[in-house]
Amino acid sequence: MSTATIHPMSDSLTMLRRQLRHSVRNMSTLFNAVFFPIIMLLMFVYIFGGAFNVGVEYVQYVFPGILTMTIAYGVSMTAITVNNDMTQGIIDRFRTMAISRASVLTGHAGGALIRTLAGVTVITLVALLMGFEPNAEFGEWVLAVLLSAFLILGMAWMVIAFGLKAKTVEGASFAAFPLLFLPFMSSAFAPASTMPAGIRWFTDNQPFTPIIETMRGLLTGTPIGNSGLAAVLWCTGLLLAGYAWARRAYATSGR
Amino acid sequence: MKIRPAIEATGLRKSFGDKLVLDGIDIVVPAGSIYSLLGPNGAGKTTAVKIMSSLIPADSGEVWIDGHDLATDPNFVRASIGVTGQFSAVDDMLTGRENLRLMAELNHLGKREGRRRAEDLLERFDLAEAAKKSPAQYSGGMRRRLDLAMTLVGDPRVIFLDEPTTGLDPRSRRTMWEIIRGLAADGVTIFLTTQYLDEADELADRIAVLDNGKLVAQGTAAQLKQLIPGGHVELRFADTLALRAAARVLDGGRVDEAALTLQVPSDGDVASVRALLDRLRDARVENASLAVHTPDLDDVFFALTGHPTLDTQQEKETV
Repeated sequence: MSTATIHPMSDSLTMLRRQLRHSVRNMSTLFNAVFFPIIMLLMFVYIFGGAFNVGVEYVQYVFPGILTMTIAYGVSMTAITVNNDMTQGIIDRFRTMAISRASVLTGHAGGALIRTLAGVTVITLVALLMGFEPNAEFGEWVLAVLLSAFLILGMAWMVIAFGLKAKTVEGASFAAFPLLFLPFMSSAFAPASTMPAGIRWFTDNQPFTPIIETMRGLLTGTPIGNSGLAAVLWCTGLLLAGYAWARRAYATSGR
Repeated sequence: MKIRPAIEATGLRKSFGDKLVLDGIDIVVPAGSIYSLLGPNGAGKTTAVKIMSSLIPADSGEVWIDGHDLATDPNFVRASIGVTGQFSAVDDMLTGRENLRLMAELNHLGKREGRRRAEDLLERFDLAEAAKKSPAQYSGGMRRRLDLAMTLVGDPRVIFLDEPTTGLDPRSRRTMWEIIRGLAADGVTIFLTTQYLDEADELADRIAVLDNGKLVAQGTAAQLKQLIPGGHVELRFADTLALRAAARVLDGGRVDEAALTLQVPSDGDVASVRALLDRLRDARVENASLAVHTPDLDDVFFALTGHPTLDTQQEKETV
């Protein structure tokens, strides 16, 4: 081969197929993307939920939060899959081939998107079986899916950068820790208005609260207010900053 | 356009922080030949491979591969080369066959051609039976073969092999050597790094000795061996008395009283060794054993760098 034409689309699709194969073969990514959120949903609704007084059936309140958490857990695994590539030598092979430089990373981002959307679909079906009653119209469903995808991609690029920067797999999973932790300090499980002032300030100003409130509004008809704009801005910021950081980290890694 | 050799590197320099790793090395490898960069751990071999295979930039110097300037046409260079590094670059989450097909897709071979190439390579590298298994279950030799097979999917004109046999058992090592020879016979240019002298001696058309970031010698194995004085015969004696008697008979030898040995310069041919033994017999000196030592690359390495390689010194022949 002495041609040097680069095919970014086809290379990215190849890398995406590789990621999807990885996803279905790796029990821990599958667990985090699909089973863990189901366990959380069952736990919150049937074990803790009875004690919570949020004015509506608890599943009705908690599902948008669990949905957002499903996204965070699904995406967080990408830190580890990216880091595995970096530490296991295969990345050096890709770098010495005449392929699109970005394709490795877009493969990871696309893999995170599809894997996590699959988790989102499953958790939604489980919630419906448990009595979740959305009142969303078609347009609101579409917006909810778009917001999910937007959030997944924004977080995925951030997490890809973590995975590139981390020296070890342990470091990569630690870097993704905020994703797993922040949903608990949001309005996912209890309204922010019930919290003490200091914590409430944090809860109101971290990205997950407006995203969850927007999701809740779209699916169950609660007022969205400023949360919609805040959610879109957070996702855009995550996506732009994460993408720029990840590309830079990839270009300079291994030196 | 000037016709260039398959690999031409001039004045390569690279530092990591304060540590100078490559101190201006020049490398020329004609197409279709095997070139070996020989040196101990930490000599800078891997750094040289990383620079020439486009993984890291040099601080200064030029690299031309297969007629393309690495600085301006990195993708042309990448399309011509294949790299098998020291640490295996295979995907453990895919099967052996899927690894090869992944490479075929990334080389845009087309589905049918890609599948055919993958099956050919599985067969040729004796991996057909393990094709459905993950490389995580492979032996070290199989992993290395899969790694090299993946490198070959794109039909590279120039292959960089960074310590391809380090850590392999002797049999796998032999197999790897056969494969490398076969590639060179097909006209592929091979740049090989190794810390094993016998490997360089066995495979390379041309050897360069790298020590502390500098090339201290280049040439064929035979040329390098000529750089140092000829061999010697080492006689071992039962006691000091016999050793001293022999030293008197054969002057010019090097006496080692602690080891009870005497080294006499010799090129090791039968006539001169016989003459030497005759002189000892005439003087009624009994020697316990004799070893003929012809210069090997170990001696060359020692003479050039002032320190031995990792290989233990081995006598070539013991009588």
